[in-house]
Amino acid sequence: MNPSRSSNPWRRLGPSGIFLFGLLILNALGVILPLLLMLISAIKPTPEIFASPFALPQTWSLDNFARVWESGRFDLYFRNSILITVGAEILILAFSAMAGYALGRFKFRFNDAIYVFFLAGLMFPAKLVLVPLFVQLKEMGLINSHLGLILVYAAGGIPAAVFILTGFFRALPSDLDNAARIDGASEWQVFWKVMLPLVRPQLAIVAIYTAIPIWNDFLLPLVFLQDPTLKTVPQGLTVFFGEYATDYGPLFAGLTLAAMPLILLYLLLSEQFIKGLTAGATKG
Amino acid sequence: MRFQRNLWLVVFLTPALLLMVVFTLWPAVAALGYSLYSWTSFNREEFVGLENFRKLLSFPFRDDFLDAMRHNVLAFIGLMVIQNGLGLALAYALWKQPPLMRFFRATVFLPVILSLVVVGFLWKLFLDPLIGPITKLANMSGIASFAPLGDPTWALFTLICVNAWRWVGFPTLVFLAGMNAIPEDYYEAARLDGASEWQVFRQIMLPLLAPAFTTIIILTFIGSMEWFELPYVMAGVSGNPGGATDTMALMFYRLAFGAASEATSNVGVAAAISVILFVVVGIGSAIGALYLRRREVEM
Repeated sequence: MNPSRSSNPWRRLGPSGIFLFGLLILNALGVILPLLLMLISAIKPTPEIFASPFALPQTWSLDNFARVWESGRFDLYFRNSILITVGAEILILAFSAMAGYALGRFKFRFNDAIYVFFLAGLMFPAKLVLVPLFVQLKEMGLINSHLGLILVYAAGGIPAAVFILTGFFRALPSDLDNAARIDGASEWQVFWKVMLPLVRPQLAIVAIYTAIPIWNDFLLPLVFLQDPTLKTVPQGLTVFFGEYATDYGPLFAGLTLAAMPLILLYLLLSEQFIKGLTAGATKG
Repeated sequence: MRFQRNLWLVVFLTPALLLMVVFTLWPAVAALGYSLYSWTSFNREEFVGLENFRKLLSFPFRDDFLDAMRHNVLAFIGLMVIQNGLGLALAYALWKQPPLMRFFRATVFLPVILSLVVVGFLWKLFLDPLIGPITKLANMSGIASFAPLGDPTWALFTLICVNAWRWVGFPTLVFLAGMNAIPEDYYEAARLDGASEWQVFRQIMLPLLAPAFTTIIILTFIGSMEWFELPYVMAGVSGNPGGATDTMALMFYRLAFGAASEATSNVGVAAAISVILFVVVGIGSAIGALYLRRREVEM
């Protein structure tokens, strides 16, 4: 009998089972305890963090959060981060779906060449071309502008999105769009009404794959956004850490605030996150 | 009809192509040229050929640059061993479908979604020499002065460990996907032949995981060469203490954007660093891909 197909989960682990299971438990604790400690520290007054770092708070208080929200300007940072991420995602999803549809469903002379051009874009992360990009955005009047950052992120996300979506469009059966064409649908209707609804789950994967790095990005806002009112959450966090220096309660509250939206989203959609974020590295 | 179809193709392809040309292709072409000019702040002066590269490899930049590059290489080695080694072990444990498998899989991946800025600051607070809870634990267990981030011998290693904490879920799930893709019969046959668990792992599974290894090694290489956020957040723009955690990307950033005064800013030398980084990443991953691909076996 094959132990890895056994219905008893403990037998499936095999001879190395105890060691492997211990490793998984240690790892889970290693992930959860630090985040829990962050949460606990965020609802403690600073002196209590000093005195008893691991104890539950004697008095639960949202004071730290109130102070962070008022003086840390997190409302502003969140608005900016959401605006930039959503703006870039709209461009990435719309333009990549269109391009992926053209490359995946039509035979034409430059199809392969254009596909390779998109792939080559994966090789040029904005990090490596930061100086010319900075000068170019300055000349275009797009420094200190959310629009400038949105366009750069969109250009950065499009290659991977086109790559993933072209594959999915290519795999759809060929009579679908032809049937619609015979019924008199225009090319745009074929794309919008027939093909796009079929790749909706893949659009969600592409959205997660491209949105998380944009939401979390630090280097590009650091260089391109100097105006304090334009800054994003990760950038705002560094400003905030500079100001509060040794007032640890609010610092933990700030970290909790910055981390919570994604953690909650992840708890709801962990399967989609895992599928989405490993989409480029695993086949299928 | 044909003309109309081609017109639609232009409509579908132009927006994506236009963004790529303006914000990726054009800056990438310009980047090569930038390193060949002298600069005063962001104003281009004259064509100087390879002068910026010569400057980078002579006093005062040379030592800093070689140190930074060494740290990038150490980070790559450290992450390969700690992050990807642990990832492989965790993937193997998950592959056995233990009880609570979905819970373990979700927790191992959780830190991957967190911003590196949040992760960096969180561990910086935990390791704070005054109040850090980990510092307290160390003090309680008899280590009187515990400040790894302030210690040149341990600072880089600490950053590597924090990086591994944040990223380990990624190689874990890539390896797990690779393990699940290997047909069950292969293990079955080996077991019937009386192979031990270690032999099955070492001689059946590892060779067949080569495609996953290729992906992970190349991505780790690129990530280590471009390492920026975590050192910036935890060790500051000059790689404290005393440059012990400096990286090529940090040095590039200092020279181009982070200079305290005009005198120490040098956009030309910064552009030279970015060209070198690009060549290292490009050639390194190309060689890696070719070499590793050849070792992959057909299933």
